[in-house]
Amino acid sequence: MSQPFRLPAGGLIDRTRTIRFVFAGRAYHGHVGDTLASALLANGIHFVARSFKYHRPRGIVSAGPEEPNALVQLGLGPHEEPNARATTVELYDGLVAAPVNAWPSLRFDVGAATGLAAPLLVPGFYYKTFKGPLWRPLFEPLIRRMAGLGTAPTEPDGDRYERMNAHCDVLVVGAGPAGLEAALEAARTGARVVIACDAPLLGGTLVDRAERAEWLANAVAELSASKDVRILVRTTIFGYYDDNYLCGVERAASGEPGPRERLWKIRAGRVVLATGAHERPLVFADNDRPGIMLASAARAYIHRFGVAPGRRAVVFANNDDGLSVERDLAAAGVEVAAVLDLRDGEAVVATEGRRRLRRVETASGRRIDCDLLVVSGGWNPAVHLFCQAGGTLRWDDRLAAFLPDRARQKLEIVGAAAGEGLSPPGNALSVPPRRRRAKCFVDYQTDTTADDIALAAQEGMRSVEHMKRYTTAGLGTDQGKTGNVAAFVLLAAARGVSPAETGTTTFRPPYTPVTFGAIAGRDVGALADPVRTTPLHDEHVAAGAVFEDVGQWKRPRYYPRAGEDMEAAVARECRAVRESLGMLDASTLGKIVLQGPDVGSFLDRIYTGRMSTLAVGRCRYGIMCRDDGMVFDDGVVARLDKERWLVSTTTGNAASVLDWFEEWLQTEWTELDVSCTSVTEHWAVVTFAGPRAPALFPELGDMRPMRVVETTLDGIPARIATVSFTGGPSFEVSVPAPYAEALWRAGLAAGAVPFGTEAMHVLRAEMGYFMVGQETDGSTTPLDLGLERLVAWDKEFLGRRSLRRPAHALSGRRQLVGLKPVAPVIEGAQIEPGPGHVTSSYRTAVLAMVANGRARIGEEVNVLFEGRRVAARIVEPRFASPGSAPVPGPPLNVTMPQMAATPMASVRAAPEALERLLGLRPETPNSVAEGDGFRILWLGPDEFLIVGEADLSGTRNVDVTFNREILHIADRGILAKGCGLDLDPRAFPPGRCAQTLLARAQVILEARPEEMLVYVRRSYARYLQDWLADAARR
Amino acid sequence: MLLIPCPFCGPRDEVEFRYGGEAGIVRPKDPDALSDAEWADYLYMRHNPKGRLEERWFHVHGCRRWFTIARSTATHEIERE
Repeated sequence: MSQPFRLPAGGLIDRTRTIRFVFAGRAYHGHVGDTLASALLANGIHFVARSFKYHRPRGIVSAGPEEPNALVQLGLGPHEEPNARATTVELYDGLVAAPVNAWPSLRFDVGAATGLAAPLLVPGFYYKTFKGPLWRPLFEPLIRRMAGLGTAPTEPDGDRYERMNAHCDVLVVGAGPAGLEAALEAARTGARVVIACDAPLLGGTLVDRAERAEWLANAVAELSASKDVRILVRTTIFGYYDDNYLCGVERAASGEPGPRERLWKIRAGRVVLATGAHERPLVFADNDRPGIMLASAARAYIHRFGVAPGRRAVVFANNDDGLSVERDLAAAGVEVAAVLDLRDGEAVVATEGRRRLRRVETASGRRIDCDLLVVSGGWNPAVHLFCQAGGTLRWDDRLAAFLPDRARQKLEIVGAAAGEGLSPPGNALSVPPRRRRAKCFVDYQTDTTADDIALAAQEGMRSVEHMKRYTTAGLGTDQGKTGNVAAFVLLAAARGVSPAETGTTTFRPPYTPVTFGAIAGRDVGALADPVRTTPLHDEHVAAGAVFEDVGQWKRPRYYPRAGEDMEAAVARECRAVRESLGMLDASTLGKIVLQGPDVGSFLDRIYTGRMSTLAVGRCRYGIMCRDDGMVFDDGVVARLDKERWLVSTTTGNAASVLDWFEEWLQTEWTELDVSCTSVTEHWAVVTFAGPRAPALFPELGDMRPMRVVETTLDGIPARIATVSFTGGPSFEVSVPAPYAEALWRAGLAAGAVPFGTEAMHVLRAEMGYFMVGQETDGSTTPLDLGLERLVAWDKEFLGRRSLRRPAHALSGRRQLVGLKPVAPVIEGAQIEPGPGHVTSSYRTAVLAMVANGRARIGEEVNVLFEGRRVAARIVEPRFASPGSAPVPGPPLNVTMPQMAATPMASVRAAPEALERLLGLRPETPNSVAEGDGFRILWLGPDEFLIVGEADLSGTRNVDVTFNREILHIADRGILAKGCGLDLDPRAFPPGRCAQTLLARAQVILEARPEEMLVYVRRSYARYLQDWLADAARR
Repeated sequence: MLLIPCPFCGPRDEVEFRYGGEAGIVRPKDPDALSDAEWADYLYMRHNPKGRLEERWFHVHGCRRWFTIARSTATHEIERE
């Protein structure tokens, strides 16, 4: 129970609550309110770490986030965290921590032997000593094991993490006196204020110095009582990004239930940086022994934690503030053996004590026994966030520090961070004389010494950026918070210039290390990426489908029956399609409705083939290229009406194709009158393929290929197209999403065999049909695919000019061919003589892209993969010739369910035209007008969503009733966890709407008086519901 | 994260947008009249200045409209009206 260095009184710890913790395998006690560092010091433990390179004993230097030495491996198993700073880890009952970089133990560390080899480990030793062939196999692994910090945990993270978006008028970073004053001032104007403080308590140095206690109490009380002030303690703002966007991590108080950390993303109108300053050590011989501590840290341990950092102290400083720690020490009962003012020529020139400081020797020859050396080399304003925000610095000779100069963003920097009230140091950062070979550390964490910097300068590292990389100064997890400025000053001195000339290295986020857990938040496991599902997903699950990821979609790959492996299942599914009847869920294909008088001429420019001549009721297959002539996507165009067309895209490119259309229509061909509307999720699609397919539709059975009709199935609107990717008869049936199940079951009743994407790929490969992304790779032209017949040279289209470049006619380009190998080959295998590679490989069909392939039909080649060589013959890319003769069978007998849904329609019209038609319109963009039985959401300059019953005849509209589902959310706070919009009711009042991102799904938000409506695309609905449930739980 | 002024929706977070590169590249009216070099210039060559750049953005997760802003590539500062 004894804590021999705990003071009898004082500090903000709770002395009534004693807690137990384990460090380096031994149990100790501390109090609630301690940090791991203060509790260790209360137990007289200074020696807590071994250094990075030389494995020297190291102690606790600071009391804050700048700590370079006291890194620990914190926690066990799924809660393990490497490189935690003991100075910021709040003590909790049962805490377990171990030192990093010490093996087998702190006291007997094998690596300490490197100290003997120290002369070899100068900067650049990697390049000088360990070159040659032994580097990789021998030296690198050895050095990596010797040098280093904590070890990465091996178990999955057992903690949960939260995320929150916030908006405010003023964000104050830092809650010392300057930050509190700024927050009070802003709060009194009624502004929305966030104040973030990395300590558990507001007050900053007021707490550490036990000053102005009453003012502090009043300030905290006033801020806590202000409705529009949000106080975030234990929150480190670590990144300052563009347009006053800042990120911070809030740590849970120890033992608190719920998420371990919360990532804050804050957009602020104005930022006040009150980030304070970091005290820096002095550079002198053997200045790294345990028991050597900063003056600010000694103060903090005495006043905040009630801990005496030693029994007998020497104070060594170059500034009045540092020297004044003598009074704090004396008041705490620490004997002060000597006070050495560097400005008077007094200095420590040597220290003794292997695992704990025992004695110091001064310039005047005194040898003083002591167990604590308190040092201060002046202060470095914490300008990290200021610089991340694009601010520039200037060197200040008086303070021997870099101070903020010009800010770039809307921010102020105040208090010590701006250099205010800092005690000016004399003879800046000179190194006192010392014995030969004694090390004067500049950067404790990377073991960089003053000699290293001098050597770097001597070897031509003139820039601070070169010096940093050569010596590694500032490359530790502390990013040189205590050491960097000394390193810059020493480099400048070595070059004989002012630090103003050498400047600083670049400050980049994060200010302190951030866990991956905090960044990932809840986007892990099942929520790592949206999972999109079709309306038939439950049917597939019930049928035992094995799924495949296609982009974000889950698609059935095959449906194994009892005892079947994949090969058997796929063979059976293929046979059904070739010989009788199969059915495929094709709902994932992109579907875009195009309307307007100019659709035909627009599609002529988009596709390589001619589309404008397509008759109503007909379909045409087409390929689209980028303007560089490379295949971008393919699909089928259907003309439903004179001015209404439907384009289908590949599953993976649905969004890209719609964006592509919008780009050309909005930015280049503005003279064309065409509107595009995605209906991908409104319609579910089931493809019935096989010789029995025509019999399903007795009235349509004689429909020829590439036709489309709009009809009804049991009274429900349906669209049937005779589009085939299998070569045989095929009927693609589209119904509104909720009716898909009835259609699917009718298919099963008619004897259709469900087949998955694997069979689909086999069937199309057997026909030699290429697949975007499989045969093509962004450098493939339609000509390479042998599809010149789909290219209408006599009209302008995207890619045409590029395809006419002579380079495309040169021999040597890879062309699509079939392969007949003597044994199975894998996709990606190389072909010799080449160049060439296998693009699709199935038991019954192999496709390849081979140089000059079409002229080489019949040639024998070798296929190379995995060290093997398989002989093959190049053949025509055609492995099947299905007949088109229909086979009789039962008709499709669909019974559609009854269901009610609020109609939704996408209307494209000028606002005035809409008002003439409906009698009203929303007043401002992204707002809602409420009519009789319907609401109008204004989503884009000429785009509206009508929710409810309204007569839209005469407008350009598309039924999108089932494109989105509507979720009702009462608590806006849950939405703020995944939405960057300002959802404060003052900023987003009822009657507002917006299209934005929620989690990783695109949504429309509509604010209603009592709740928020979230319109989510149907395929994302399950994902978003899971996400919202998870967000609500925490 | 940039706060990008969408002409229809107002200022929104950068993640809602897609970048569209340098603005003002006009697709030649008669591509056949161009030499291969001129066509390659249209396809691939951009100014890439350090400093002011007029560039296109697409509000892909919002109102789905393309627009042009002027931004400094050195400071990320967007010229606002």
